[in-house]
Amino acid sequence: MNPTRRRRMWLIGLVLLGACTAIALTLTALNQNIQHFFSPSDIADGKAPGTRTFRLGGIVEEGSVGRSEQSLKVSFVVTDRFRTTPVEFSGILPDLFREGQSVVATGAMDPQRGVFVAREVLAKHDENYMPKEVAEAIAKAKTRQEAAGTAPPGAGAP
Amino acid sequence: MNRFVLWFHRMGSPPTFYAFAERWRPWFLWSALAITAVALYWGLARAPDDYLQGDSFRIIYIHVPSAWMGQFIFLAMAICGFVAIVWRIKIAEIMGIASAPVGAAFTAIALATGSLWGRPTWGTYWVWDARLTSTLVLLFLYFGVIGLYRAIEDRRKAARAAGLLAIIGLVNIPIIQYSVYWWNTLHQPSSIKVTKMSSTIDPSMLWPLLAMAVATKLYYAWSALSRAQLMVLEMESGKDWVRELAGLPGVASPSTDTPREA
Repeated sequence: MNPTRRRRMWLIGLVLLGACTAIALTLTALNQNIQHFFSPSDIADGKAPGTRTFRLGGIVEEGSVGRSEQSLKVSFVVTDRFRTTPVEFSGILPDLFREGQSVVATGAMDPQRGVFVAREVLAKHDENYMPKEVAEAIAKAKTRQEAAGTAPPGAGAP
Repeated sequence: MNRFVLWFHRMGSPPTFYAFAERWRPWFLWSALAITAVALYWGLARAPDDYLQGDSFRIIYIHVPSAWMGQFIFLAMAICGFVAIVWRIKIAEIMGIASAPVGAAFTAIALATGSLWGRPTWGTYWVWDARLTSTLVLLFLYFGVIGLYRAIEDRRKAARAAGLLAIIGLVNIPIIQYSVYWWNTLHQPSSIKVTKMSSTIDPSMLWPLLAMAVATKLYYAWSALSRAQLMVLEMESGKDWVRELAGLPGVASPSTDTPREA
């Protein structure tokens, strides 16, 4: 390869390396701001921004959703399977909102009650796509496995 | 010199490139259309409903292939830019620039369809999470490349400057790819992991998606080659082979002939 071309190649390499370094440093510095939401564990560790507005993300705990009879008020518990945060919301929930589903709620902590008061609740979808029959078959297999795991040996197994 | 290198060198010659594009273009277009028709019919009408999203998941057959193409074409553009800067090959300059609008269109489609899917699924058209924001940056990088090319008078210098911008913009591609792992995002992680050859999409829903990924690449080949052909004719207008193509007398008069480059 002739020297001119080699020099151009080196220059491009250096430019790219410089760009990568600059971007990497910027992203590392902004790491906290790029996080779209905080988890209940982050709140427990004091990483969440106190009583200012932020987003809380996690799974809606099974059996925790309570709806008011008279208003749109709904309360539920968000968990990351380690810690939990109680949430209050008044408004229309997205279609995908259900127990066991991931959500991202925007709002702030009420320091007196230790409750996250949400202004907006968005559902977060996961990367799994399957037909209804497959989902049912998986759920059935799971309950069977759980039943087999918790039942005393010899009993309950069909 | 091995066969591939020889082919690569031949492709650097505008008339050879033009003939190659002319020969293969229809094949790319027709195969793209045929595969798209089958894959979309299967994806939109025959694939089963998703257990959670119902029918709205079907936008995946447009959204995901478009998002892949937005990144794929940017990579292709940067490679063309690299070849153009190091070897000063005209065809590489032209192919890089010809790719830009196609990539920008695919990125815009990915953003628009994602937004339409986000409203019923997430509950919002747009959030500033890392995946969505970095994809928007990708669209602006395409605009930057096209704008920079248009801003410089000398076509060849312009193409090399735009190529350099594409190379620098390459930094954004791994950020888009890994944004869903590096940070908490509203956007879900990838369903298909190329490195592990695994997917969390049921096989009955997966294959139309993969077929669309092939079809969009064929469409890109057709679209970029068509644009490149026009640019080659424009750049080479007045040269013998173009005059011959246009049915004009073969010998150009000295006044219209542009100086040949070594």
